[in-house]
Amino acid sequence: MYNVTPPSIDWAMIAPVTLVFVTGLVGLLIEMFRPKQNNNTIVAASLTGLAIAFASLVGQLNSPDGETLAGMILRDRFGILLQMALVGVCFVSILFSESYLREKRIPFGEFYPLVVWSTAGGMIMVASNSLLMIFIGLEVLSIALYVLAGLSRQEQKSEESALKYFLLGAFASAFFLYGIAFWYGATGSVSLDSIAAAWSLNDVMTRNLLLFGAGLMLVGLCFKAALAPFHQWTPDVYQGAPTNVTGFMAAGSKIAAIGVLFRVLTASTDLSQVWLPALFWIAILTMTVGNFAAAVQKDVKRILGYSSISNAGYILAALVALIKMPEKIGTSTIIFYLFSYAFMTLGVFAVISLTAKDGKEGTRLSDLDGLWKRSPLAAGALVVFVASLIGIPFTGGFFAKYFVFSDLLTAELLPLAIVLAVNSIVSVYYYLAIGYHAVVAEEGTVRNETSPMSIGVQVACVACVIGVLALGLFYQPMMNLITGTVVR
Amino acid sequence: MQDVPLFWYLALGLFMFTTGAVGVVVRRNPVVVFMCIELMLNAVNLTFLAFARYSPTLLPGMAESPQTWMTGQMMVIFVMAVAAAEVAVGLGIIMAIFRLRNQVDVDDMSALRG
Repeated sequence: MYNVTPPSIDWAMIAPVTLVFVTGLVGLLIEMFRPKQNNNTIVAASLTGLAIAFASLVGQLNSPDGETLAGMILRDRFGILLQMALVGVCFVSILFSESYLREKRIPFGEFYPLVVWSTAGGMIMVASNSLLMIFIGLEVLSIALYVLAGLSRQEQKSEESALKYFLLGAFASAFFLYGIAFWYGATGSVSLDSIAAAWSLNDVMTRNLLLFGAGLMLVGLCFKAALAPFHQWTPDVYQGAPTNVTGFMAAGSKIAAIGVLFRVLTASTDLSQVWLPALFWIAILTMTVGNFAAAVQKDVKRILGYSSISNAGYILAALVALIKMPEKIGTSTIIFYLFSYAFMTLGVFAVISLTAKDGKEGTRLSDLDGLWKRSPLAAGALVVFVASLIGIPFTGGFFAKYFVFSDLLTAELLPLAIVLAVNSIVSVYYYLAIGYHAVVAEEGTVRNETSPMSIGVQVACVACVIGVLALGLFYQPMMNLITGTVVR
Repeated sequence: MQDVPLFWYLALGLFMFTTGAVGVVVRRNPVVVFMCIELMLNAVNLTFLAFARYSPTLLPGMAESPQTWMTGQMMVIFVMAVAAAEVAVGLGIIMAIFRLRNQVDVDDMSALRG
């Protein structure tokens, strides 16, 4: 009927995602044939696969931008760096998962394939210009995460978190899809490249379709990135899900969601006079709501849930600045922020995962009391992460916030800059509470239990500490690496 | 052409989508909430198909390219496939909850709050 010529495929370009997918498959096969009560083979296979995928990403870092598979897969520096961040997040999460799952008595081997596939979904999301691919990636990421959130099947908390995440995630996907439908109606294509051309037709109907679609997509993406006022699911889901899953969710799905938000927003800059004010207020609301709600929480995972909301707000502020003045502000701030956020968040969750022992887990602030005496390394690492989350100079978190702040001033968004500064000060209170309970507070009459640090957790903590400090102490070389500037 | 105008398809889609969205907020049984989400996805499918069918009148410049209208129909296939995957996972989660507590009302799910 129609002569359809298959598009050309650049295998090198799709190699990283393919490798990660295959790693998941291999993990699942090993799970099928594994000797019982031992996940070490799956862990080793997954880590190896992820390391190879990471190496292939590093190899492409300086390759020219391009696209393959009829424009469905895109390669640019932004995409590659976010993919590297996602693979890294998955790697570190797997490192501290095995001992945690064992202590929590849920040592299911299928955890590893699922988390790896979830990563692959995120990698598709950040490196595509096609809304179809973005949607598929989003669903691969989310569906795996729904299962992972409910991994602890005997626990009501975990199942409740899975159900809440699932229902709201599917709800958000429906909004996102409805938005895609209207953009398709306006442009006749699901490629993000066609938005600008359709807008310039200057047709009232087309423009209305685009605007309506943009609004719906924004709602869907705000749900996924946990931006206020669509953030209410976040603390519940973060608290209920197993700690290692929460760590992956906090870092990984945030990177992917922000990546997509960036792609969608930069593709539709023509619509910006309509949605820029909306994003401006969403950013203010997200930063403030996240911080003030976190201040009254008693559960560490809930605090971190709200903290991730306010961090999403900071990144959104950087995104608003970028969209407002794209010629002056590059993507480097967002990438730097996401990297430093990933390191410190994963690190905190790695330490918190130690509170699981013999099937029980305590994640209240008071459960951290006396951590310093039980495990000095864990407490010391926690102090570094908390310092970075607060934004104490010479940690990654400080420079991340500083770059956002200076971008906001460059873009003449003084109100956002002030809100960001005030919120950073408010956040000191609850971050310090975590540090206080871990280092200063003495144990009460009830002794707290902490499982011993396995090698995996130690490596994960040390890697995150190095990451946080490296981003802080060598921020200029890191920035050059991100922007691709060659220094002589 | 005696067809129903595009507007009515979009209106029906919007009505279905709104019904679904309101249902998600109002209903208390997770299975019903999930059915409402499915209704929203079907509204999306209807909208895609309507746009695909009417693309010649809507986008005169690209009318002759089969890619234009095939894209919409292809999207529908993908949406259905993904929705099926979501059903599998969603019903699994609801089953797991039912096993733990023998009832699944979302209002009673308050183990998590701060």
